[in-house]
Amino acid sequence: MFIGFFLALRAAGVKASLREYLTLQEAMQAGLGDYDIDTFYFLARATLVKDERFIDKFDRVFGESFKGVLQPRAAGPDGIEVQELPEEWLRLMAEKTLTAEEKAEIEAMGGFEKLMETLRQRLAEQKERHQGGNKWIGTAGTSPFGANGYNPEGVRIGQSTSRNKSAVKIWDKREFKNLAGDVAIGTRNMQVALRRLRRFAREGAADLLDLPGTIGSTARNAGYLDLKMMPERHNAVKILLLLDIGGSMDEHVMLCEQLFTAAKGEFKHLVHLYFHNCPYETLYQDARMRPGDAVATTDVLNKYDHGWKLICIGDAAMSPYELLQPGGSVSHWNQEPGQAWLTRLLQHYPKSVWINPVPSVHWEYSQSTRIIRKLFEDRMFGLTLEGLDGAMRGLMR
Amino acid sequence: MARFEGTKSFVATDDLKVAVNAAVTLQRPLLIKGEPGTGKTVLAQEVATALGKNLISWHVKSTTKAQQGLYEYDAVSRLRDSQLGDARVHDIGNYIIRGKLWDAFEADEAPVLLIDEIDKADIEFPNDLLLELDRMEFFVYETRQTIKARNRPIIIITSNNEKELPDAFLRRCFFHYIRFPERETMEQIVEVHYPGIKSLLLREALNAFFDLREVPGLKKRPSTSELLDWLKLLMAEDIAPELLRERNTGKLIPPLHGALLKNEQDVHLFERLAFLHRRGQS
Repeated sequence: MFIGFFLALRAAGVKASLREYLTLQEAMQAGLGDYDIDTFYFLARATLVKDERFIDKFDRVFGESFKGVLQPRAAGPDGIEVQELPEEWLRLMAEKTLTAEEKAEIEAMGGFEKLMETLRQRLAEQKERHQGGNKWIGTAGTSPFGANGYNPEGVRIGQSTSRNKSAVKIWDKREFKNLAGDVAIGTRNMQVALRRLRRFAREGAADLLDLPGTIGSTARNAGYLDLKMMPERHNAVKILLLLDIGGSMDEHVMLCEQLFTAAKGEFKHLVHLYFHNCPYETLYQDARMRPGDAVATTDVLNKYDHGWKLICIGDAAMSPYELLQPGGSVSHWNQEPGQAWLTRLLQHYPKSVWINPVPSVHWEYSQSTRIIRKLFEDRMFGLTLEGLDGAMRGLMR
Repeated sequence: MARFEGTKSFVATDDLKVAVNAAVTLQRPLLIKGEPGTGKTVLAQEVATALGKNLISWHVKSTTKAQQGLYEYDAVSRLRDSQLGDARVHDIGNYIIRGKLWDAFEADEAPVLLIDEIDKADIEFPNDLLLELDRMEFFVYETRQTIKARNRPIIIITSNNEKELPDAFLRRCFFHYIRFPERETMEQIVEVHYPGIKSLLLREALNAFFDLREVPGLKKRPSTSELLDWLKLLMAEDIAPELLRERNTGKLIPPLHGALLKNEQDVHLFERLAFLHRRGQS
C-alpha cells in the first residue's frame, strides 16, 4: 500500500525511512486516515516529513502520485460534476494572463463557452491520468487543457491561484515553497571544516566544575565542601552569508546549496541574503529576488554589527564595469559602482572572506575576480575542503 | 480513545488535529515547530485540558542535560551528610532526585508531557533521550531499578528551529509545522480570546497588523500572541477604530505599538518610514 508513493518521495529527496513508512501503515490501520484524502494528506505529512523545508517537495510528490486517484473522484455518476470546473475562475485567469491576440485566437476556436464545453467532454471521456500527448488532459502536453503546456489557448488546471478554494487541493497550494531550498547529501565533510568556525566563548549558565574555585572556597568554608561552577563553553559565532544567485552562477548553485545546508546546522546566528553578480545598494532575502524581498544594504550594515563575520559566495566573474563604473550593473541602474559597496561591506566587517566555486586555476584569467580578490586582500578561497579550511582560518584571524 | 478537536480557547486547524490525534493514538511524541508566538507551548496545555489529563512541563534551557529529565544523583548532599554523620547517608535512594520524565512515567493516569524548546539545549540532547522516548523506560544505575512507564504519556515537543535535530530522533516523532495563520483563522482566534470584540475595531486592527507584518526588514515580525496582547491593550484603552485607520495623516505607527514591536531597531525603522511618508505627502 502506497509503496510507489513512498519510493517517489525518497527519489525526490525527502528522506523518509522505512520506520516512518511503517508508522504510517500503523496509523492507517488505527483508522486515523478516515478514508478521506485530506486527512490522509495531513497524516502522511505528519508521519513522513520531519522538516518544514521538505514539505514543499512532499506536496509536489503527493500531487503527482495521487492525481490519478483523485480524477475519478471528481467525476460524478453522470460523467463530471460541473462545480469542479469553476468557469468564472478560468475566465478571470485567462483574462489576466492572455494577450489580446491570444484572446482573439480563442474566439477563433469558438469562444470561452466552446472551450469549456470541449474541456467538459474531454474530462468525461478521459478515464485515467495522462501526461504528454496532444489531446488528453494532463501535464506537460500540448493540448489546450492541462498544466504546464504550450498551447496559447491552454487552460491551466489545479494551479495555485484559484479563487475557488474548494477546487484546489491543499498540496497544490505549495504553501511551504519558501521553506525549501537545501540538499542534505554529501555535506558531512563540509561540516567538519565549518566546525572550525566555532569559537568558544565563556558565557551561559553554571555548568562545569571550577576546581581551583572549589578548593579556595572549601578552604574558606572551614573544610566543608563548597562546590563552585563555571559557565559552559558556548557557540557564539554569527555569520552573514551573501549568495550570488542567477546568471553565470547557475552551474555552481548545487555546490553552494550544499555549503548552505552545512552552514545552517552549525551556527547560532546565520543570516543569508542574495545578490546578483555583485552586492549593490539592495540585497534580497529570497532567492527569487523579487522587489518585495529587497533590503537596503545600508540597513543590513546597521542591523548586523561588526561582530558578525561576512562570507560572500559567488564566482566573481562579471564585467569589470560592474565593479568600477556607476550604472555598470546588468540588472538595474546603480548609483555607485560595485567596488564602493564591497569596500563598505569590508570596512564594516573586518572578518570577511569570499568563497569562489570556480576552480582557483581560472581566477587569474578573469579581471573582475582579480579585482575582488585584491579588495578582499587575498581572502578568496575555493569551494573545496581545503579552501573552506583556509576561509575559516581567514575568519578567525 | 478521546480525540482532540480544539478547545473553547484554542483554534486548531485540520492538519494540526490530525497530527495530534495520530500522536495520541499511536503513542508517539509529536514535534511542533513554527514561528515564535504561534501557540506551540499553549498547544500542550490545550491538549491536556481537552483530553482531561494532567500536564507536566519540562522547560529546556541551554544548560539542560537529558539526564536531568530522568533523575539526578545529588552527590554533593550525600558527601556533606557523610561529613556531618547523618544517618540518611546509608540509603542512596535518599539522594536520587526524580526528573520530569520519571514523574510522567510513574503517574497513575497517562499525563501530557511537554518538552518545551528542545532546540535550546545541547546538540546531543535529543539523542540522549532516544531510547527513553521510544521504549518509555530507563535504568537508574545508583539503585539498580528500571523505571517503566505505567501508561505511555502523550509527549509534545516544541522547537524554535535554532538547531537542527538529529534524524534518528525525528524518525520517532510525528511532525507538525504551525504556519502563521491566515486572516480567517486569525479572526477566529481573536474571537475565541476576546468574544464580542467590536468588529470594526477588529477589522482595523487586523488590517494594521497584517500591514505591519509585511514591512520588510523587521527584526521580529509580530505574531499571534503579540496581536492578542495588543488587542487587549486597545480594548483596555478604548481606542477608537478610526484612530487605527489614520494612515494618511502620517501616523504610520499604530497606537500602543509597544505590544507589537519588541526592539528599538524595529521602532526606529518605523519612525523613519513614517518620516519619509510625511515628507512624501507635504
